[in-house]
Amino acid sequence: MKRTTVDLWVGVFVTAGLVALLTLALKVGNASTVSASDGYSVFGQFENIGGLKARAPVKSAGVVVGRVGGISFDDQKFSARVTIRIDKRYKFPKDTSASILTSGLLGEQYIGLDAGADSASLNEGDEIKITQSAVVLEKFLYGKAAEGGTKK
Amino acid sequence: MIGALNRGFRHVGHMVIDGVWKLGVATRFSWFVMSRSTECVRRAQLLLNEVYFTGTLSLIIIIVSGLFVGLVLGLQGYETLKRYGSAEALGTLVALALVRELGPVVAALLFASRAGSAITAKIGIMKATEQLSAMEMMAVDPFARVLSPIFWGGVISMPLLAAIFSAVGVFGGYLIGVVIIGVDSGAFWSQMQANVDLQEDILNGLIKSVVFGIAVTLISLFEGYDAPPTAEGVSYAVTRTVVTSALVVLALDFVLTSFMFTGV
Repeated sequence: MKRTTVDLWVGVFVTAGLVALLTLALKVGNASTVSASDGYSVFGQFENIGGLKARAPVKSAGVVVGRVGGISFDDQKFSARVTIRIDKRYKFPKDTSASILTSGLLGEQYIGLDAGADSASLNEGDEIKITQSAVVLEKFLYGKAAEGGTKK
Repeated sequence: MIGALNRGFRHVGHMVIDGVWKLGVATRFSWFVMSRSTECVRRAQLLLNEVYFTGTLSLIIIIVSGLFVGLVLGLQGYETLKRYGSAEALGTLVALALVRELGPVVAALLFASRAGSAITAKIGIMKATEQLSAMEMMAVDPFARVLSPIFWGGVISMPLLAAIFSAVGVFGGYLIGVVIIGVDSGAFWSQMQANVDLQEDILNGLIKSVVFGIAVTLISLFEGYDAPPTAEGVSYAVTRTVVTSALVVLALDFVLTSFMFTGV
């Protein structure tokens, strides 16, 4: 096939465009970080999830080990049922506890996992028994106000 | 008094009917352009020439404006975020603003004024000088030979241009934030990566830019094809292309945004 100068310039343009897309995907986006598609799911019941959202990070010792898969409302127990997808590289003991924490003062909420001491580890579909709900600011403040009231 | 009122109503009615009529013609025109696309698959050189014309030649303006938009975002974002003590979130702010909104929208506006106006002028003059009719006389379908390759060239170029705009803009934000002001480089990138989602943000931005590419190129082609075959007619058509494209891009952006980012 005959090569023209236009071909070269179109090539330059398309290459630049694809490189830009790749940069956006890998460097700007989170394609390179834990995708958690390769992992196992466990469940947790929370009384109140606060502002937790799907795809929020799941951290243990501050390291991202997975993502929140999905959140639904359980109308039997009237609590929130959170699916936690954990990277398959990481194993956690059966008595691991999960709590909903906030990164920084105004930061987003994430799930913190604290490993227990059980020798058996969590598998696909297991439930995390020990959970700690999100701190709802109003409840916390009213609780403190009530405490203050009784002291008088 | 009654007569003036009557004329006013008649004028408004005429404008509405004319607008609806034109929209119908534009829809039929769009269908024509898309249904004659097989020619550009068979003759790739036609398509390549158009990608060169709409894409490669727009590179400089896209890169330069992307860089400056990124620089401004970095500067303004830093000034605002500094008050809340979260200057590290600068990367997130710059990247999200560019990938979600500014990249596709500003690239589309630049594309409309740089390539869209040229397309309209080209088609308008080809029609005014009866080159399109001459093609039909030689049994060459002008839709397949001229209009359809331009359409697909624009549709291919637009997402690539928007991606380049966003990438260069992020680099501009990095330049101001990290290199000049001194925000921590690690926090800049890691916060950006933690908060920019591949599907939610980058893919949706890409979809936006494809939609804008289709809209702007079709408007440019239609205005050129519909222009009265006079010097004045073509000049009005070029103006209309830029104005209509800008309005349509901004309106579509609102609609797409409300579909895509519903605050999940």
